Amino acid sequence: MTYDVAVVGAGVIGGLISRELSRYDIKVALLEKCNDVAMGTTKANSAIVHGGFDAMPGTLKAQMNVKGTVLMPELCEKLSVPYKNNGSLVVAFSDDEMEHVRQLYDRGVKNKVPGLSVIGRDKLRSIEPEISPEAVGALLCESAGIVCPYELTIAAVENAVENGVEFIRNCEVKAVNSVGGKYVLETTAGEIETSFVINAAGNFSDDLAGMVGDTSFKIIPRKGEYYLLDKSVGNLAVHTVFQCPNEMGKGILVTPTVDGNLLIGPTAVNIDDKSDTDTTPEGLDEILEKALKSIPAVSVRNAITSFAGVRSHPDTDDFIIGWSCAADRFLNVAGIESPGLSSAPAIALRVCEILSEKLSMPEKPDFKDTRKPPVRFRHLNDEQREELIRQNSAYGRIVCRCETITEGEIIDAVRAPAGARDVDGVKRRTRAGMGRCQGGFCSGKVVEILSRELGIPMNEVTKFGGGSKIIYERTK
Amino acid sequence: MLNYELVVVGGGPAGMAAALEAKDNGVEKIIILERAQTLGGILEQCIHTGFGLHYFGEELSGPEYAGRFIDLLEKTDIEVKTDTMVLDIASDNTVTAVNNKDGLLRIKTKAVVLAMGCRERPRGALSIAGSRCSGIMTAGTAQKYVNIEGYMPGHEVVILGSGDIGLIMARRMTLEGAKVKMVCELMPYSGGLTRNIVQCLEDFGIPLKLSCTVVATHGKDRLEGVTIAKVGADLKPIPGTEEYVPCDTLLLSVGLIPENELSKNTGLALDRVTNGPSVDEYRETERAGVFACGNVLQVHDLVDYVTEESQIAGKGAAKYIKGEKISSECAETHGEGGVRYIVPQRINIKTDSDVKLYFRVGAVFENAKIVVECDGAELLSKKKKKLTPGEMEYVTLKQAVISQLPAGSVITVRVEA
Amino acid sequence: MEKRELVCVACPLGCRITVEIGDDKSVLSVTGNTCKRGEEYAKTECTSPTRMLTTTVKVTGGKAVVVPVKSASPLPKGLLMDCMKVINKASAAAPVKIGDTVISDILGTGVDIIATNNAE
Repeated sequence: MTYDVAVVGAGVIGGLISRELSRYDIKVALLEKCNDVAMGTTKANSAIVHGGFDAMPGTLKAQMNVKGTVLMPELCEKLSVPYKNNGSLVVAFSDDEMEHVRQLYDRGVKNKVPGLSVIGRDKLRSIEPEISPEAVGALLCESAGIVCPYELTIAAVENAVENGVEFIRNCEVKAVNSVGGKYVLETTAGEIETSFVINAAGNFSDDLAGMVGDTSFKIIPRKGEYYLLDKSVGNLAVHTVFQCPNEMGKGILVTPTVDGNLLIGPTAVNIDDKSDTDTTPEGLDEILEKALKSIPAVSVRNAITSFAGVRSHPDTDDFIIGWSCAADRFLNVAGIESPGLSSAPAIALRVCEILSEKLSMPEKPDFKDTRKPPVRFRHLNDEQREELIRQNSAYGRIVCRCETITEGEIIDAVRAPAGARDVDGVKRRTRAGMGRCQGGFCSGKVVEILSRELGIPMNEVTKFGGGSKIIYERTK
Repeated sequence: MLNYELVVVGGGPAGMAAALEAKDNGVEKIIILERAQTLGGILEQCIHTGFGLHYFGEELSGPEYAGRFIDLLEKTDIEVKTDTMVLDIASDNTVTAVNNKDGLLRIKTKAVVLAMGCRERPRGALSIAGSRCSGIMTAGTAQKYVNIEGYMPGHEVVILGSGDIGLIMARRMTLEGAKVKMVCELMPYSGGLTRNIVQCLEDFGIPLKLSCTVVATHGKDRLEGVTIAKVGADLKPIPGTEEYVPCDTLLLSVGLIPENELSKNTGLALDRVTNGPSVDEYRETERAGVFACGNVLQVHDLVDYVTEESQIAGKGAAKYIKGEKISSECAETHGEGGVRYIVPQRINIKTDSDVKLYFRVGAVFENAKIVVECDGAELLSKKKKKLTPGEMEYVTLKQAVISQLPAGSVITVRVEA
Repeated sequence: MEKRELVCVACPLGCRITVEIGDDKSVLSVTGNTCKRGEEYAKTECTSPTRMLTTTVKVTGGKAVVVPVKSASPLPKGLLMDCMKVINKASAAAPVKIGDTVISDILGTGVDIIATNNAE
């Protein structure tokens, strides 16, 4: 198969780039080494749309963040992805930290971040009622928000596939060969020929660049651990509550999620193994201890899960977006650490601009820029529910009782363009298994539906592809 | 809108017993709404024996015990809708449910019995560090795979938590050819029935490691091993005691939580210890006409007691429906000195029968005395050779004693070592 | 004389039983039990221990894949794993009814393996 462009990596960056490229009359393939989209950093981060006051003025981070945050609400609406403009706070606990907050304010103004103000103790307490009494003031950023990064990616890739992009999963690039003006990618899914390569391989983007002899940057994997708390405590924070940042990142935050849970984390530890997403006792303790400093009412009693993600910290410190120094049709989009999610919509546009320098990209007349909203039974009223079940009785069978997810929604998730192929994929698309019981009741049922829909035996269904088997042979 | 006198939410042992008892007490139109495709609830996958010794005087398996009640139901005009999930109970007790045949069902009813059972505490509640690989599941999930679906969930197994389901699954997996390496229990005592420790672990030489927990899971795709560690008196892992145990499966049997999502949405406050609604001696919740019984009210270890409790609720619902409700001058119950909770949480002092107070203790007691008092006066006491947190206990208060208590008084139950 | 402390497994109550065993291995006395079954259990446990066996048997020609079964009465404890080998090779044709004998006289013990649920 020959493509004009192969995007390597189906995280939020690769996903949004593919969706942006699907506007044009070119042949695009999105290659993903895992069994699903959003399997790397995208599925395990703070899910924040930052205001854009952190990055130093003039950096790509600052430009992309401010622009991306402006683009995010409309993009989410088009893709039917929940986004909430809840605002953020950087909380100070001392006069020194208050000074730091003022510096952030000044930096934000230079970066042209809208909706910034420095607030005192009383205002802080009135807009964030559970904030620690030790807090003396904060930087309020009204333009900040929250979004679900994997839902955004799933929606973007779905939309891209509807517009003609080919999504190829379980396709790990092992070598890049330049043959007669084209690249031939040796992958775990066979050889793929392409004129251009867009390197959105996240933590592995330096390895991929290395395959064309580009050693201009190095990714330093930096692990961050999180706790996700039950919806019953989702209202402990109204805004995304940061503490003053340090050289390793933005510190431990406490934030509501778009789904109504409370998220606390992340730690920041440089690691050697890029695929090490194990949580650690020390990390989990650290999160709790620091989160308590911001919001004393937080308790692990309400934890429903913990997880870790690995940030793609580049040794160059800034985002790397541009043609490789070593290969002329190889475009690096690398080192996209925080504020990568916020920047993603702007990065996708930027990549199209750069690509158009070398590739003719006529617009498609029939590009569909919206994604059909998925059915969310739990959000419907009784009349809508009745109508839905009349159309398809599978919406009348509740599979996940904690989150009220129907069999119909799970079937939709599997049949969707670039749909779910494993239990975690169903979970990220529908929330089945994401509630209090964490799949205790419904995981077996989800395995059964996947087995039926994919036409494979139950014991070939995996948790997240590869060797993540759930059950083995028949007992008898 | 459908019309019933009584809607029973859940068709497990609790729901079936409550419905049958209500029927026996003259309630006309009753419907059971069950979420699964069959009646019987969790008993359907509990294929081991040990059920029914108190109630039927014989040792039955779970499906056999449930089968007895299913047979009885079939002889009545009690209606049953399986594969039907209750979504809401409105403030006037109107029930909204859904299934794939009728669509949305709206049911007007005089009374509701909540009998949704309980669920297992998942990994998240434990904060075990490590990877998110496959091969980590609750013991009950594994039980369903083995006993209903007929699949092996793994071959080298570590079980965390010595609750009954964990112990039962240790034996079950061993019989099916898996190697169960150990059962780790955080507490210095087991959370399961002693009989299960004997015949599920000791019989098969499976070690029970007390004061021990799993601190980390390892494996990229499927579980490859766990790190266990001893814990101190504060239940925190003791550094330096870590040990790596290779295994492909970690089963969690770390407690059960009453399934009260619906109760909470309905506005019922939950008892902080039982995680179930607070009820009177007929298992009526704080909301008139709404009753609760079985594991949704308190986690039981014997289904026989679930049946007994649900019959009380069924009788109570019948009284309510027929307008025979007793006035609501109550005495409250309160556990102290080792007694973690008491069900029922209150008793009508003008009640028409003896009342059993069910409770659990928070630690192991040997040669102890259970003392029931009201306002400093001893109502009764009972000697027990052994009390353990894994086994529910009860004392019976005579109606004659209850009727002497002043309204608003507090009945305390405590253990004297 | 030897004294053995047992936990009765006859029912879920788990009574603590003390058994006095004579030098000729005969049971001299049983105390601590609260029912007749407890006494019987204690005697058998000290002479020839037995256990109920519960597992599943493969179902053919039906919707269900397996049907739960139990030994109609307790089996010698030492034979449980051998019985499993026999049970794992057996199958039952649907429909199976509660109480149906799936395997009769397993390993010559005189004990039948019977279905404990219906399977269509």
